[in-house]
Parts: sequence; C-alpha cells; structure tokens
Amino acid sequence: MATIELKQVEKQFGDFYAVRPMDLTINSGEFVVLLGPSGCGKTTTLRMISGLETVTGGNIFLDERQVTWLKPSDRDIAFVFQFFALYPLMTAYENISFPLQAQGESQATISQRVKDVVDLLEIHHLLDLRPGKLSGGDKQRVALARALVRRPAAFLMDEPLGALDADYRENMRAEIKKLHLNQNATTVYVTHDQIEAMAMGDRIVVMSNAEIQQVGAPIEVYHDPANLFVARFIGSPGMNLLYGLYQDGTIHLPGDNRYGVTEQQPRTLTRTFPVQSEAKFSDNYYQVPEAWRSALENQLSGAEVVVGFRPEAAHVTGPDQGQFAAEVYADDLHGSYSMLHLALGSDEMIVHVRAARNLDLPIGAPARFDIKPEMVRFFDPKTEKAIIQ
Amino acid sequence: MATFFEQGPGYPVVESVRVDKVSPTARLVKNIRAILVVVAAIIGLIPIFVMGLTTFKSRAAVVAVPPKFIPWSSETATIDRSASRDVFDPFFKPTLEGIVFLLTERSQFSAARQEEAEQNRDELGLFGQVALDNGQRITGPSDFVMRLRNSLIIAGGSTVASVALGVFAAYAFSRFNLPGKDDLLFFILSTRMLPGVVVAVPIFLMYRQLGLHDSHLGMIILYTVFNLSLTVWLLKGFIDEIPKEYEEAALVDGYTRFQAFYKIVLPQAVTGIAATTVFALIFAWNEYAFALMLTSQNARTAPPAIATMQGRGGIEWSAIAAGSLVFLIPVVIITFALRKHLLRGVTFGAIRQ
Repeated sequence: MATIELKQVEKQFGDFYAVRPMDLTINSGEFVVLLGPSGCGKTTTLRMISGLETVTGGNIFLDERQVTWLKPSDRDIAFVFQFFALYPLMTAYENISFPLQAQGESQATISQRVKDVVDLLEIHHLLDLRPGKLSGGDKQRVALARALVRRPAAFLMDEPLGALDADYRENMRAEIKKLHLNQNATTVYVTHDQIEAMAMGDRIVVMSNAEIQQVGAPIEVYHDPANLFVARFIGSPGMNLLYGLYQDGTIHLPGDNRYGVTEQQPRTLTRTFPVQSEAKFSDNYYQVPEAWRSALENQLSGAEVVVGFRPEAAHVTGPDQGQFAAEVYADDLHGSYSMLHLALGSDEMIVHVRAARNLDLPIGAPARFDIKPEMVRFFDPKTEKAIIQ
Repeated sequence: MATFFEQGPGYPVVESVRVDKVSPTARLVKNIRAILVVVAAIIGLIPIFVMGLTTFKSRAAVVAVPPKFIPWSSETATIDRSASRDVFDPFFKPTLEGIVFLLTERSQFSAARQEEAEQNRDELGLFGQVALDNGQRITGPSDFVMRLRNSLIIAGGSTVASVALGVFAAYAFSRFNLPGKDDLLFFILSTRMLPGVVVAVPIFLMYRQLGLHDSHLGMIILYTVFNLSLTVWLLKGFIDEIPKEYEEAALVDGYTRFQAFYKIVLPQAVTGIAATTVFALIFAWNEYAFALMLTSQNARTAPPAIATMQGRGGIEWSAIAAGSLVFLIPVVIITFALRKHLLRGVTFGAIRQ
C-alpha cells in the first residue's frame, strides 16, 4: 500500500481557484476523509490524485514516485464513483473483470481474482446481472469489487454512498470500513456528510473555499476546531457560537450574561451547587481561568470574542442555578434526547442544548443552563481562528 | 370482492391496472388523437399507394380516366370496356410491364421473329415473356440498374464516412475543452444555412478541375461534407447524454482514451448512431440537384435518372412508378430495421437515466 503526498498542489480555472495550493500527506494504510460543503474543491483534489484532472501547479507523489503528469491508467489507483459508473452494457462479472483485461491477464488469472473479490464481498448471485437490474447497494458492491480486483496502491472514493438510500448507506458504510481494515488499503474518501466522515475516517481533512481548514483525527476536529468554519460545519447542529466582549477577565454575552469560571467553582456545579447566594453573582465568579485569560489577552485582535461549545457541553439546570439565563425558543425531539433551542438575550442568539427526554419546558419559558468549562473553546471573530491555550 | 377489499389482491401488484382514473375527457382526447394520426397516415400514404398501383398497370390502364384502382381483371370488365367508354370500370389487369421496362433494354421483334419466339415461349424467363407480349425482345439490363448501383455506392459510402467522422468530431466536442469550441460548432452548423444549390456552380467548376466530376469519389466527398454538420450536431447531443464517468472509470481501470471511447462510449451511443445514420442516408439517397449537375454517365444516381426517364419515346409512367418504388425500398428497409433505435433516438434528451 502506498503513501500519497501532495506538495503545493493547486487547480486554477482562469482566475478562479478550484483548489488553492495545498500540502497533504496520506500515510500508507490510512483512511483519510476529505470533508467539506459542495464546491469546496474536495472532489477536484481527489480527481487530481487520480489523474482525471490535471494540476495547474505542484507535485503529486505516490510512494515517492512522481506521478503528477502520469495518465490515470499508469498511476495504479482505483476510483469509486458516486454514481457507480458501472458499464451498463456489461454484466457484473464483465464489469469486475474489465480492469484485469486491460492488464492483459490470462483468463485463468482473471477468473481466479474475480472469484477472490466476489468471495470477499459476497456478491456471487449478482455476477450475471447487468447494472440496470441491481439495487443501489449492490451496484456499489460491484463497483467496489471492480476497484478491489486490481489490487491497486490506493483507493479513491468520491461520495460512494451519496447515491444510496438511507438504510443502505448505514450498512455500506460499515462494509467499506470493514473492507478497509481487512485490506489495510490506503483510502481517500470524499464526502460532504460530516457524520460519515466522523464515523469512517482515521483522519479528516476539512476543506472550504478551495483550502484545507483543518487536518486531524475525528475527535480533534470535533473538539478542537481550528476555526469558526470547522466549528460550524462539524456536528449537527454545529458548535454553539456566542459572540461577546472580553473585558477584565470576563466575557460579556447577550442578555446580561457573563461567562467565566473561578478556581473555586466545582466542575460538577449543577448537581451539588447549593441554593444561590449573592456571592455567586460577584464579578470574581465570572473570571475565565488564568490560562485562558492570558491566551485571550495575547491572541485576541480586539475586544470581541466568540465562545464556542458543543450542545452536549451545556445542560439545563434548575431555575435558581445555572450561569446563563435564556428563554426556550423551540424544542425538537430526537428520540433518546431532545434538542432545546434557547434564545439568549433580546437579539435572539440561539443556543442548542441537549436535554433529557423528560424535560418539559414550554416555549417562551425562562431556562437556565451551565456549560462544562473543559469543553469551551474561544475564537477570534476577526481572524475566525481558534484561540490556543 | 369483499375479501379483495379486506385482504388486498393476494398477489404482489407490480403494475397498477386501474383504468378508471383516466378521466373521460382524457380518454376522448386520446382517441381523437389516434384517429387524427391514422387519417394523416392515410393521406400521406395515398401517393405511395398510387405509385404502387401504377407500377403494375399496363400502358392503357395508366392513362385511363377515371382512374382504375382495383388490380383485378375479370372477363366482364374487358367486355364492358370495349362496349361503352362511359361505364366506370375500376378494374385493371396487373402486369409486370413497368418493372420489365424499367430494368431492361429491349428491341422490337420483326413479325417473323416474334412468331418464332412465341413457339419457344416457355424457354423465356418471366421478364422475357412480358416483353414478348409487347412484341419486344430483351437485349440487356437498362441504365437504371447501374444508376441504382451508383446510388447505393454513393449514399452508402457518404453515410458511413459522415457518421464515422461525425462520431469522432462529436466526441471531441462533447468531452474536450477545445479553444473556440462554440464558434467551431456554429461554423459547422452554418454550412447548412445557405441552400446547397447556390454553391453548385463553383463546385462544378472545382470538380472539373480536380477530375472529380462525374466520379463516385467526388459525390461521396460532397455528400459527406453536406451531412457532416447534421451528424456532428446530432451525435454530440447523444454523446453528451452519456455520463463521462464511464470513460473515466475505464481510464482509471487502465485503458487508453481511444480504448475507452471504443469499448465504452460507442456501444452506448448505438442508438444515436443508428438515428443519425438513417438521417444521413435519407439525405444522400434522395439528393437530386447536385446529382443532376455534377454527374452525367459514370456516377449518375437514381433520382435524376428517374426524372429523365420521361424523355425516351413516350412517357413510360409505369416504368417511372416502378423506379420510384424500387428507389424507396432500401431506405424503408433500413429505417424499419433501425426503428427501435430511431424511436429512442428521436426523443433523445427526454429520457434521463
């Protein structure tokens, strides 16, 4: 299996950049997901690796081998298309054996190798059918078999699950992941679905506006987004982002709320915190921790700051507890939990909060909530970058 | 029926069979449409029907007024005709005269020779017997046979050439970012914008210089050029419909661009190629004006030959009709053979995968 290396690779159409110069190294056996909204350049990047699209600058290396200007057929990679691209006039067997025929393998080798992948994917019953007769999931299985049969150095997949029905998608996702673990094949996988990316990737490359926004393990991308775009894009709903003002160690948020944590405050404050006392509302209480305080003061370009936290980092508290005052804006049921949308202040900044299923607050009712301090991140609204502690 | 409503049909319903949902108005409109189509078809087929009848009429029957239209002769019919000219007699005796006159050169028998030939009537072929009835002897095949052969060579050759060139050009236009692509496409289309006859004289002069005048090659080149704009545009439409992922898959699978084109695109473009072939063939087969001006003996095609047949010793209507009928046959056969592709081809763009 191969290492894929992109060095300052770019794609330009006239004045328009489809992909700005980017560096990326994909290690051997790694499953890397290119994630981003449509038009962000992720598919173009994939097509440049495959050779279906020429680069306008930079170099691509496959196992240290310069492949930038090689034809797709000479790169030893397999491509799985969103709409399968199974040759419609050939049976599944002919489709799978088609790449081997290009290599001029003998009939015996071809049938043996087709048999191997067919066993692996358990698609014996489909071999005599034409693509028109196959279901979406089966089409993608045959397409995967066609990619696997060549034993290529790397697999490139362009939204392979995008054209499938929801229930197939879950199964195929697991199948592809299992296949990857089984074959330990270097895989580059393009998707716009962040859930898919989180579930499948060893590493996620988040792209937007023709640029890489962040590269990291799913957990990193989720908990430590590098900028506001990643914070919004990952997760459903994305991170709660509250615009506020940083002043004297505390952050002023809409609706007369302030954010800060004191050293004295216990982390599991809501469960154990006694009935409110006047002391709790003192300025001292709302100081951000010392480490963050210095980072904010050093890195913020102005007084404005964005406080970000995931919906599961917030929890609704009783009426007398909780640091933030808000009003219930809407309430969605999500099966095992419900998603509360709370309006903060008069300009209706909405905070999404995960709440227990049995919590029953009418719309318009006042609600208070707390945030787990270790799950809070800060961003500079001018540069949109995360503040690093 | 009660169980049907309670338990359903008891078998999987693959296709809805309910017709009561079609409103009476919609059904009426559909019927009226069908009737109109049939009427239009009948009106359109009348000339061909007349042509068919005329082919099998004798010289006398061709010019009879009112026309005779039932190919059935009886004893009474012949008697009536001689008895009174006023009695309307729609019957005529079908004969092969027209076809024999069309396909053969004949000479008149002398009285003695004719008698001799009558003795050996059974030794003559079917055509010979028909000629003998007219007091004639077959001396050889007529020019028309050669004209028909020329038509086949020229129309066939130019159709193959224009479709083959067209499919390559269309593929290039469809798949590659050529500089000035739109202008080129418009230029190709613009060759159709002026009537071909306008350039007939310059082409005539050019061809005489080049020695292409009255040659098969010259006519094939000319028809190919005229057909190219049609084939390029039509085929581009068809190839645009084929998703380019198929070729890309083949490219990644280790095939060259040409192999991908040959193995993946062509088989899928068959429908479009068939439809285009028929259109190109019909043009080349029916073309009259250039054939009349640019050919004389060697490469003359059937259309001008049929038209000039009138000149020879009285108008042989039945021979002309037979010629037109024979001329129709190849195109009808090919259109019929490709009809499945045509139906899908003519509605191209309407069906998405």
